[in-house]
Amino acid sequence: MSVANRPVHRPLSPHLQVYRLPMLAILSILHRATGIALAVGALYLAVWVMCAAASPRTYATFQGFNVSILGRFVLAGWLFSAFFHLSNGIRHLFWDAGYGFELKDAYRSGWIVVAVSAVATALSWIVGLRLI
Amino acid sequence: MDDRRTPLARARGLGSAKEGVHHWSAQRLTAIALIPLVVWFAVSLVMLSGADYPVVRAWIGSPLVMVMLILTIGIGLHHAQLGLQVVWEDYTAGAVRLVMIVFTKFLAALFGLGAIVAILRIGLGG
Repeated sequence: MSVANRPVHRPLSPHLQVYRLPMLAILSILHRATGIALAVGALYLAVWVMCAAASPRTYATFQGFNVSILGRFVLAGWLFSAFFHLSNGIRHLFWDAGYGFELKDAYRSGWIVVAVSAVATALSWIVGLRLI
Repeated sequence: MDDRRTPLARARGLGSAKEGVHHWSAQRLTAIALIPLVVWFAVSLVMLSGADYPVVRAWIGSPLVMVMLILTIGIGLHHAQLGLQVVWEDYTAGAVRLVMIVFTKFLAALFGLGAIVAILRIGLGG
């Protein structure tokens, strides 16, 4: 066996099960997760206007789902996903423009995103869904 | 600089003919457009909660709302399929990747056009 292909025992990268993700990594994966959720949410939105165009009965069926426990959960999740993806997306646009790359700045903008999306989500739940 | 490649080889190494960045810039452009649209829509949705069928139809059918709603759903679905394409590219490969990307784009077009027809039907009657 040559030197080049002898097995080397280097430390492996941290496993997700035991590695505590840094706050920045959590926000990063949450951006993708809420993006996927909103893609499904956009289809839901399309179904909403199609039901409204169809007939009062079709719309009543759709509204019946919206007021159910599962429907409330979906709408609440939609609102959170929208506010988080919106504010974190603005953060991404700043990065795309070349600002805020320092670690300190990335953490600060990250906490701003957490605060803004938490407040906006809570407000929308209280006013719109009357959850709390 | 020690570069023994021909001018053509060097030009080829510089990248493609200005097309590769299109996906990236389209994603950013739709993102910027969606900032005011999503804020408007989220506020409207909260205001509309508890509204009954005639109220919702009258809202969807008013001219300004029709324009804003078509923009929100159209640009939103376009942005969504651009993003989902990247997700498929990251986690799948080969035939699965191709099939899922095509499926995603077709689904976005189908629901987008369906929603636009529905909005126009409510607003213009039919």
